[in-house]
Amino acid sequence: MPELEAPAPSDPRVIVSGRSTAENLTGNWRTLRPSIDAARCTGCLICWKYCPEACVALTEKVPVIDYSYCKGCGICVEECPTRCIGFAPEEAA
Amino acid sequence: MKPSIAEEELMSPGHLACQGCSATISMRYALKGLGRETAVVLPACCWTVLAGPAPRSALGVPVLHTAFASAAAAACGVKAGLLARGDSRTQVMAWAGDGGTFDIGLQALSGAADRDEDILYVCYDNEAYMNTGIQRSGGTPQGAWTMTTPGQGGSRRPKKDLDAIVLAHHIPYFATATPAYAEDMVRKFQKARSIKGFRFIHVLSPCPPGWKSEPADSIKLSRLAVQTGLFRLYEVEGGRSRLNVPVAKRKPVGEYLRLQGRFRAMTPQEEARLQRRVDEAWSA
Ligand code: SF4
Ligand code: SF4
Repeated sequence: MPELEAPAPSDPRVIVSGRSTAENLTGNWRTLRPSIDAARCTGCLICWKYCPEACVALTEKVPVIDYSYCKGCGICVEECPTRCIGFAPEEAA
Repeated sequence: MKPSIAEEELMSPGHLACQGCSATISMRYALKGLGRETAVVLPACCWTVLAGPAPRSALGVPVLHTAFASAAAAACGVKAGLLARGDSRTQVMAWAGDGGTFDIGLQALSGAADRDEDILYVCYDNEAYMNTGIQRSGGTPQGAWTMTTPGQGGSRRPKKDLDAIVLAHHIPYFATATPAYAEDMVRKFQKARSIKGFRFIHVLSPCPPGWKSEPADSIKLSRLAVQTGLFRLYEVEGGRSRLNVPVAKRKPVGEYLRLQGRFRAMTPQEEARLQRRVDEAWSA
């Protein structure tokens, strides 16, 4: 259930969402954990580009996956051209 | 390396989409192309849920949730309201699924296109009513299993030719897109932004639970839809059509079908018939 602790909008007839869903930490949906092998990553940013969660951060070279949000869909694992993203069960990670 | 598409993220994580949902990748790209000065109108569709329950929103731009049939009409109203307040810069994007476009919202869509309203209408087409549990829509392809087309043979009717219906309205800009071709897609939203009048983008959006596919395969499926010739990437501007991604050697449709459980009951004869239809469409 959503908590409705947001301040009441000035016009009570309008429901206004002023906060971001970034408060929902969807990382706990994950059963498989992607992890980038920095040694083999070429920094092509394809994993960043295709992530449905927008949770791969751009950095100087090797992108960084934000595990608070990553749902473990495996798209980055599948699309990485050097196949340098491992995908292991959460408990083993 | 510099990213090939805009860096700014207007869609935030924490949204409620299923794993591997390409409707979210599509929204990410759409907002990268359109930028901050955008208002989004959502009729009943998966995105109603994905955007998050109040008081939270997954979009860094204003969103109006509206009734199933009314995406285009509500978007016209938002646009008129903005203009009345002296804002002619904000783009209004109606963002509807295939149910809200091919079927339930078709009348409002046709009206807005006919009046050449200054809005962008996007149909993210996952080829069934996915949000309510995978019922067949006019966008469902022939042979696909859905909850309402169970058993041998799947959906008996061919997919409705929405592109032809929309193009029959002689609108200033029409395009198709799919997330595997991210740069093409972002460019089309940028271009749509620069054009006045009624613009339409048809996005093919793989849906793992509805297509019974692996979440990791969504981009692969989006790419295969183009490479098999089943989904054409093109745009029509001022009546002139241009193919954006030519496919030199089409892959067999089976490569696309076999990654999806919804086509499991298709017979080899049906698959051959589909292949023939694709071949004919491309030689026409
Ligand atoms: S597994 Fe999916 S959600 Fe996680 S970082 Fe890769 S693409 Fe993003
Ligand atoms: S797709 Fe692979 S090689 Fe490219 S940046 Fe991501 S991890 Fe590195």
